[in-house]
Amino acid sequence: MSLWKVAWRSIQQRSLSSVLTAVAMGLGVALVVCVLVIHGVVKKSFDRGAGGYNLIVGANKGGQLQLVLNTVYHLSRPIGNIPYTYYEWLRDHPYVEAAYPLCMGGSYKDHRIVGTMPDMFDDLEYSEGKNYEFEEPNRNFYYDEFFCAVVGPTAARKTGLKLGDTFQITHGVKEGGEPHADKFTVVGIFEPTGTPNDRAIFVNIEGFFRLKGHVHAEPDAVDPEETTASPADEKGDTPGAPGETEHDTHSPDHAEAVENAEEDHAEDSHAGHDHDGDIPSELKKVTAILVCTSEENLVEAMNLQREINGQTVAQAVVPGDVITELFDGIVGNVQLVLLILVVMVVVVAGLGLLVSIYNSMSERRHDIAVMRALGASRVTVMVIILLESILLSLGGGFIGLLLGHGTIGAFSSRITEETGVVVRAMQFQPTELILIPGLIILASIVGYLPALSAYRTDVAKSLQS
Amino acid sequence: MLQLAKIKKSFHEPDGTVLPILDIADYHVSPGEQVVVVGRSGCGKTTLLHVISGISRPDSGRVKLDNIDLTVLTEAECDRYRAERIGYVFQTFNLLAGFSALENVLLAMRFTGRRVDADRARQLLDRVGLAHRVTHKPAQLSVGEQQRVAVARALANRPKLLLADEPTANVDSGHQQQVVDLLRETCREEKVALVMVTHSPDVSDQFDRIDRLEEINAVVSV
Repeated sequence: MSLWKVAWRSIQQRSLSSVLTAVAMGLGVALVVCVLVIHGVVKKSFDRGAGGYNLIVGANKGGQLQLVLNTVYHLSRPIGNIPYTYYEWLRDHPYVEAAYPLCMGGSYKDHRIVGTMPDMFDDLEYSEGKNYEFEEPNRNFYYDEFFCAVVGPTAARKTGLKLGDTFQITHGVKEGGEPHADKFTVVGIFEPTGTPNDRAIFVNIEGFFRLKGHVHAEPDAVDPEETTASPADEKGDTPGAPGETEHDTHSPDHAEAVENAEEDHAEDSHAGHDHDGDIPSELKKVTAILVCTSEENLVEAMNLQREINGQTVAQAVVPGDVITELFDGIVGNVQLVLLILVVMVVVVAGLGLLVSIYNSMSERRHDIAVMRALGASRVTVMVIILLESILLSLGGGFIGLLLGHGTIGAFSSRITEETGVVVRAMQFQPTELILIPGLIILASIVGYLPALSAYRTDVAKSLQS
Repeated sequence: MLQLAKIKKSFHEPDGTVLPILDIADYHVSPGEQVVVVGRSGCGKTTLLHVISGISRPDSGRVKLDNIDLTVLTEAECDRYRAERIGYVFQTFNLLAGFSALENVLLAMRFTGRRVDADRARQLLDRVGLAHRVTHKPAQLSVGEQQRVAVARALANRPKLLLADEPTANVDSGHQQQVVDLLRETCREEKVALVMVTHSPDVSDQFDRIDRLEEINAVVSV
């Protein structure tokens, strides 16, 4: 008969008290499990947001955080626009492998509208090795389908948009704005990605430009004196840089082209959006550009960032840096405080365990004395009490794991809906492994006092009492 | 086999006064011998058994069992020695309530540090007529059955000496003789020396050797 069994029998003897003590411990552990899992979900959700690209380039107006929040998480307000020609310059930059322009500023039923190119869904990996997927008959829109859209799964569910539905974009990122006359047709709802893009609606950027008021009658005039010369500038192919007089000289023509495009669009808006004629690049603006540089040479990404930030037109940020800063600075601290609180709950449950075992010592002193009389050493009875404490803690831990993961399982669909991160009841966080040794240490500490009491039992006195 | 020499034991009262309990110049029990110790209540019979078993240490003197002086052993060594060489039957049986009859016997074996012999535990329970009650908890056993489990437990480790502290005190008169017979027969079969404390003349009269504590204990005789 092992000492574990002796301890277990003692627990069984006080079954009600033992179960209540273990459940109290279990509730604390369940809270820890929930916090750890949610922490993992939030971290994953944050990290996943900016997968597949190295830099975000946006207007040089707001802060880096606002640029990332707006571009990656579809939060906050767009900070401003940069010329489309700047996107073209970046796209053709030798350091750049791919660049995806994004236009923002519209919404549909409180969900952000993002104008982009179909390449984003064809080529961009939202997570390492994972591309956007469409289950037939869903599909991506084509370049020439100006007024077509693909919808994130969460946005589709919340807005009720289905394949083939049409919708009108509202001006502004919040509901209540004036809707544009033109309608976009949903050609696809992509599979869940677990990224904030699941909550957004993506339209063909060309259609976005063709909405009334989305192109500019005057091309951008950038003060050459505010722009720092770069190697590209010297070649005269940096937009907004000295030597960009070509844009200015074409201004009247561009204005005319815009008017024509808008008129065409207005006429065609009810006839399948078959717009003819391109809008000159100089009249178009984008909100942000996702830039992929060579994977092998990260120095190029740094040089490109430095080059962009050396100019006044735009700013370039490494999303990972900003996300890490945001997570560690705000979310991480909240999580830490939450974790400290639930660990304190577990410690309080541990104190409950101490009280439970310690209170039982008076009624068990006689049994301990009998064991001593039968030849059990002081250390043996001490170990039995410690094992009892450990068993109760581990039992509580087991209850807590079941309860915690059960709760996660019960809310998994809701979590996936809200965050896009797929969570399953039996999905364990590596940090949960700390729980087992942690509980054993806690049980040993709180069990020490009653164990010491058992150690000091006066056998002769207890047998006679 | 058992030798007590110049044993003195006293207790300290809460007010600081010293209360002498035992003062035994010489006492011995031979191997396989069956001895009954009688005396009035409070004269130190249980304390004598505690001193013999090493549960209590004497203030002075020697307690030798099989030529090993228990008073010079460390507490842990004494515990081990008690587990291996001494069986103890208590007045109130003192079975552990959470354990079955079999487990109560096995538990005694556990503390010797040797391999737990479940077969012997079953044989002993069979010997005391409880083969069909091995899985029952003490609360499910009658008083007589509980005392028989206590006897089986005391003999579990093949002790040299069995100490019985008023084993019939809590048993009704109908079962008293059964308990005495069981103890004496099993000790005889197992070749175990028996020292039984009792205040019952009916029990003590059955023994060849009756030790009156008043006669061997100087404290009582004063």
